[in-house]
Amino acid sequence: MKKSLLNLFKKIEPDKDKSPFLHTAYDAFFTFAFTPNMVTKNGVHIRDGMDLKRQMVHVVIALQVLYLFGTYNIGHQHFVALGEYTGFLEGVHLKLIYGLIKIIPIFIVTHVVGLGIEFYYAYKKGHGVEEGFLVSGALIPLIMPPDIPLWILGVSVAFAVWIGKEAFGGTGMNILNIALLSRVFIFFAYPTYISGDEVWIAGIEKAAEGGYFAQAYGGVYQFFDSIFASIGLSTFGAGGNAVVDGYTGATPLALAAKEGWGAVTAEYSTAQMWWGTIPGSIGESSKPLIILGTLFLIVTKIADWKIMVSMVFGAAFMALLLNAWGATEFMEVPWYYQFYMGSFLFAMAFMATDPVTATSTATGKWIYGFLIGFVGMIVRVLNPAYPEGWMLAILFMNVFAPLIDHYVLQANIKRRAKRLTAIAKTQDEEGTSAPAPAQAQA
Amino acid sequence: MKQTASKAIFTLFALCVTTMLLAQEGGTGAGSSSILTYSLIAVAVLIFFFLVVQVSDNLLAIEAKQIGISEDGESNSTASSGGFFGNLFKPSLPEYVDESEPVYVLRRGHDILLEGEAEPQIDDSVQATTYAVQPPNFIGISPIPKMVVDQGAEVKAGDHLFYDKKRPEIKWVAPVSGEVIAVERGAKRAITAVTILADKEQQYRELEAFDYQNADRSALVDYLLDAGAWTLFRQRPFDIVADVSEVPRDIFISTFDTAPLAPDLNFVVEGSEAAFQEGLNVLTKLTSGQVYLGLDARKDKQPHKAFTEAENVSKRWFHGKHPAGNVGVQIHHIKPVSLNSKVWTLGVQEVITLGKIFTERRYDATRVVALAGAELEKPAYVKTKIGAKVSDLVKGNLKNDHVRYISGDVLSGKRKAEDDYLNFYDDQLTVVEEGDDYALFGWLLPSFNTPSVSNTFPSAIIPNMKFKAETNMHGERRAFVVTGNYEAVTPMDVYPQELMKSILIGDFEQMEGLGLPELVEEDVALCEFVCVSKQPVQQILRQGLDTMREQA
Repeated sequence: MKKSLLNLFKKIEPDKDKSPFLHTAYDAFFTFAFTPNMVTKNGVHIRDGMDLKRQMVHVVIALQVLYLFGTYNIGHQHFVALGEYTGFLEGVHLKLIYGLIKIIPIFIVTHVVGLGIEFYYAYKKGHGVEEGFLVSGALIPLIMPPDIPLWILGVSVAFAVWIGKEAFGGTGMNILNIALLSRVFIFFAYPTYISGDEVWIAGIEKAAEGGYFAQAYGGVYQFFDSIFASIGLSTFGAGGNAVVDGYTGATPLALAAKEGWGAVTAEYSTAQMWWGTIPGSIGESSKPLIILGTLFLIVTKIADWKIMVSMVFGAAFMALLLNAWGATEFMEVPWYYQFYMGSFLFAMAFMATDPVTATSTATGKWIYGFLIGFVGMIVRVLNPAYPEGWMLAILFMNVFAPLIDHYVLQANIKRRAKRLTAIAKTQDEEGTSAPAPAQAQA
Repeated sequence: MKQTASKAIFTLFALCVTTMLLAQEGGTGAGSSSILTYSLIAVAVLIFFFLVVQVSDNLLAIEAKQIGISEDGESNSTASSGGFFGNLFKPSLPEYVDESEPVYVLRRGHDILLEGEAEPQIDDSVQATTYAVQPPNFIGISPIPKMVVDQGAEVKAGDHLFYDKKRPEIKWVAPVSGEVIAVERGAKRAITAVTILADKEQQYRELEAFDYQNADRSALVDYLLDAGAWTLFRQRPFDIVADVSEVPRDIFISTFDTAPLAPDLNFVVEGSEAAFQEGLNVLTKLTSGQVYLGLDARKDKQPHKAFTEAENVSKRWFHGKHPAGNVGVQIHHIKPVSLNSKVWTLGVQEVITLGKIFTERRYDATRVVALAGAELEKPAYVKTKIGAKVSDLVKGNLKNDHVRYISGDVLSGKRKAEDDYLNFYDDQLTVVEEGDDYALFGWLLPSFNTPSVSNTFPSAIIPNMKFKAETNMHGERRAFVVTGNYEAVTPMDVYPQELMKSILIGDFEQMEGLGLPELVEEDVALCEFVCVSKQPVQQILRQGLDTMREQA
């Protein structure tokens, strides 16, 4: 089978000189199907089986459960807002289809725009298509609200990939996290589409005379309705229903910011927040599934656990300080409940650990993670304008990462110089000498 | 140390999370909230205890330094254990390790276990007939050395073949007696090999007796230069042929090789114990400092007595995975080098050759070479001379002809064609399969036969699994992306990836500061192996060393 597939691929290979762009695209797909037959030349003769494709793909694998849950939760939140199928496992087919209809266009637009730019630059620079966008492209849909207009999404992805990555030289060269850059672009350019209470539940509109209504279900839904009806399942119907009484659409964080923990628990139970059946960005809500993905990344050593652990400590530390301070109701939210709200875990597992934009030294990673946790909690609790802090904290620390590394390296340089002077000194004194101790690292 | 601390913190964190979860399960009743409080107190106590231990440990170390007891014994404890947790998780050292001598426990590194280890017996049926001395094996000499003999000349083992044009006192000698059949030349007429067809009966150039115990150093140096022994000494930094004018600060010898399929030096030294000791004695006369012997503290079996009972040397035990047996790593822990302090390194067999100049009064280039690799019918040791021809060594021993010959190990060895020769300093010939085949969905499928440090391969859960290596790249070259995995396999206080970056951008100061002078190719070979971006790390390192050598 492998042989025939290889032959098929070889047969359709476009000419490199006549159509270089096609060849670049072909090469990207070919190397995706087959690891090339290149052998080592100088240097080591055997190589570790790990390459960047495998590395990146394993992050994407860790995200799959979040895609599944996120898709379902889009539908679930929509119907809960309308007071229909309020049980988690009621109307499964409707919720799933509803979620898919929302998420598939987001996924496609992200990849068409992002990969399009990647392919173009690969062709321009004459190298293979790099894998960086595999992860960014999988992350971006998960950090968007379900109702994000597709053109805004397209513009933000183009901005992130073009200005954030290709302008700096491509995969491995960027300073800022690509996925977060696309989100922050929307956050500042089109804030009403990504913040406030109205964007986190899909398909709900504000009527002119006040009150919220579901959007009418269009042609795609009608198509599925006909299928469901034929096999005797419940259908979407025409849509346009009013929402349940007391609907706000606010996320736990928004509630906590206004009125503290009491207001949050009046609306959502801690179990709901833990399992993730709450409104929010598509992939951020389910804590157990994120922890599952985190464990997968840690066990496979794909992501750095140091950053994650120190980020938890940083956030917990700041939350404890805020508890002690207790000037506002939000500050008085018990520190451990801060982890139940918002996107802390998602940011910790998948955003802060991006190896390109994080610090590269082990010591630096401890500092970097801690500061993200610390700064993120400040932004979340003390800043009235921004409901959540991790995106800004991570981007902020991305900028500082090279500086942290610089000081860690300077410390290493100084330590080495000191050890050498100590040796030279004993050498002078005694002729023969005693060794100085090797430093911690080993 | 940091790693252990991190593990402890992680455990605490896990504890913390479970406590919170437990508290949640129970709802918000009064009973469960007291459990929560008590567990939080317990966690806080643990953290407090950990902090106290850490701080006091550091204070102790500082104090010790101030009162000047950071000598051998003390350095031992900091280097090997690194604090309270280091001691807690200290691997049990084998009994034969004499704890009065410093022990260095290196925690980072990686052993690549490959199929085709050489059987510990000499295969007498393998006899090479052609040998070569190859000037490109020696770093820092002019590419066109001045020939002393011509093609067709008859030489004895130990006769001068050529000398360096820049430093004419350094002479290269014939490893065997026979006829000089070719002076092979490469690009720009550089001499690539001087080949000798060996006589059946070996004849040696008899050297004059020399009493090195009572001679002064310069007379000894002159004697060694004439005998052709100078090329046995390699000088760090840069791994070049030693400078005649420089007195090395110390001399380092590693008595074990941790590289994949490397020869067991305990077996190699068997029968040459006296010569080895004699070589060590000579070396003590050549340095102003000490001769350090790195000993193997990893195995159940005690290292050979020639090593553990060697005299006139300082012994240091090393316990750890590859590259713990690399002399560069050992130097880093014992006493690092810099641009201003130069040291020499020798292999065990070079010391034996040096010793035999005095015990037998001849240049004996005998090498016990390990023939290893999964593509050999019968991996074994052979007794040959320096620079034996590859095809002579593997004749009739191949399973497969689509193979690669490597002079040295698979990490830092050099690729050889069938009619090439083993390199001067190598005592290993590895034969592995060429892996020029496509792999379907290589980025996803769990492949069992791929050596890797990554846990994404199923082989990660099988301890001590041996692999049948092949030479595929397993991916394409990319920019540096992943961080921290170079450091995870380098048991030294260096940041290899940052160092590589500083070399690539040509930041001379940073290169030196980050410890480039302490490294040679073999020390970073494992970084290149694990590199996810498939960067040519050893080549970059040599590029940095070359620029630095030109500047210095």
